[in-house]
Amino acid sequence: MFMTNPFDALTSLISADVMQMYIIVMAVLVAGGTILDMMHKKSAKYFALDTAKNDKNAKRAVGAGEKAGLAVAVVANEVLTSGEFANTKRRISHLLTMYGFILFVASSALMIFECDTIATTTLAQLWHIGAIMLCIGGYWFWFFIRVDVNSEGAKWYKLVRADIFIVSLFTTATFALIWSYLQSGGEHGAVADMGWTTLFFALFLVSNTTLFASVLWSKFAHMFFKPAAAFQKRVAHADGGNLNLPGDFDLSSPEVQARFPDIPEYMGKNPENMGAGIRREAPNHY
Amino acid sequence: MPTFVYMTRCDGCGQCVDICPSDIMHIDKTLRRAYNIEPNMCWECYSCVKACPHHAIDVRGYADFAPLGHSVRVHRDEEKGTIAWRIKFRNGKKDMELLAPITTKPWGTGFPDLSAAAAPGGDMVKGENLYNEPKYVAMNDNALATLESNGLEIKEGVYY
Repeated sequence: MFMTNPFDALTSLISADVMQMYIIVMAVLVAGGTILDMMHKKSAKYFALDTAKNDKNAKRAVGAGEKAGLAVAVVANEVLTSGEFANTKRRISHLLTMYGFILFVASSALMIFECDTIATTTLAQLWHIGAIMLCIGGYWFWFFIRVDVNSEGAKWYKLVRADIFIVSLFTTATFALIWSYLQSGGEHGAVADMGWTTLFFALFLVSNTTLFASVLWSKFAHMFFKPAAAFQKRVAHADGGNLNLPGDFDLSSPEVQARFPDIPEYMGKNPENMGAGIRREAPNHY
Repeated sequence: MPTFVYMTRCDGCGQCVDICPSDIMHIDKTLRRAYNIEPNMCWECYSCVKACPHHAIDVRGYADFAPLGHSVRVHRDEEKGTIAWRIKFRNGKKDMELLAPITTKPWGTGFPDLSAAAAPGGDMVKGENLYNEPKYVAMNDNALATLESNGLEIKEGVYY
């Protein structure tokens, strides 16, 4: 199962051209959905206004080189390692889902477009690994981590519109794996039960199309606007405006102690680390 | 002025949902980000503003301590044990920062040992400090009213 290209057996039913066209249509739907989402939420206008506001608060100019450095930091911290999550479980689940999705989508596209540079068995393995990673991250998030269940006390089966993205994501991966398993069930590579295989292929197709066609209504577009927001926040910190937040003071510094005499009076000249405070426990006491 | 959430900064972690004493910070059903479901009921205790790890929640202060249009933001650094405020007037020129301790002992070390303390005597119940206790508390009968004693039970979770 893990070494077989699941789209191979499909070519007898659907031609490679149709499958390639489907991939292109999905890509167009993502691009179109993102643009419509941006227009609907006025995200670009909001970002421009916010940038102008931050520039007004800035205490110094941030050069192009420094901005490039900040962009690299955003890629390394927020994009590649999901460093913005305060909750470690959410971060791990997000990384599993994100890299699983990338592996799954990229290997699907490469297999359908019959890429010769990477061996089909390798691509098939990546496709299955991606789907398994998506399932682990997705179900973990769905049953335990998402805030509705963890903090709001809602039942796992309570569906809301925000769930379009995650539900279509893990159902796509689940149906894909079941479909691939059913294809490999027969002897000598033959499909064991055509009825069940077709049913799970249809379910896979429906969830996959929902995932890519619902960008306007789901949170799919977060993968584009989150890095932009993270970059804007880093620039605001670098230019000294700091989003109007107070500075980060070194409590042992004599200047800070002279400016804020309460600190040495109550906490001494070298205040100790006071611990994690309310963040000692995860927020689940709704 | 009630709290509001910057949606691009919120990551939906639920710290504000957990801490809000009025139970009005909830997670939006469409975007899975926090928002104030009932601004009328917010009494600006700043609990959620201080608890938010991303500074995604803001409150506009009243005109009695700064002219309207100002920004008042707070950072509660628990590891240092300090709370820092920054109040910036709308002209951008008056920009004040305040820093004060929130605790003088490491977190988790300051719990009183209530089991070792002496039980309150009957004279304390009749004393002037408790004279205005509501009757339903039934302190004088040595039986505190509870959900169980009233045949009630509490349901888990938030229902809306």
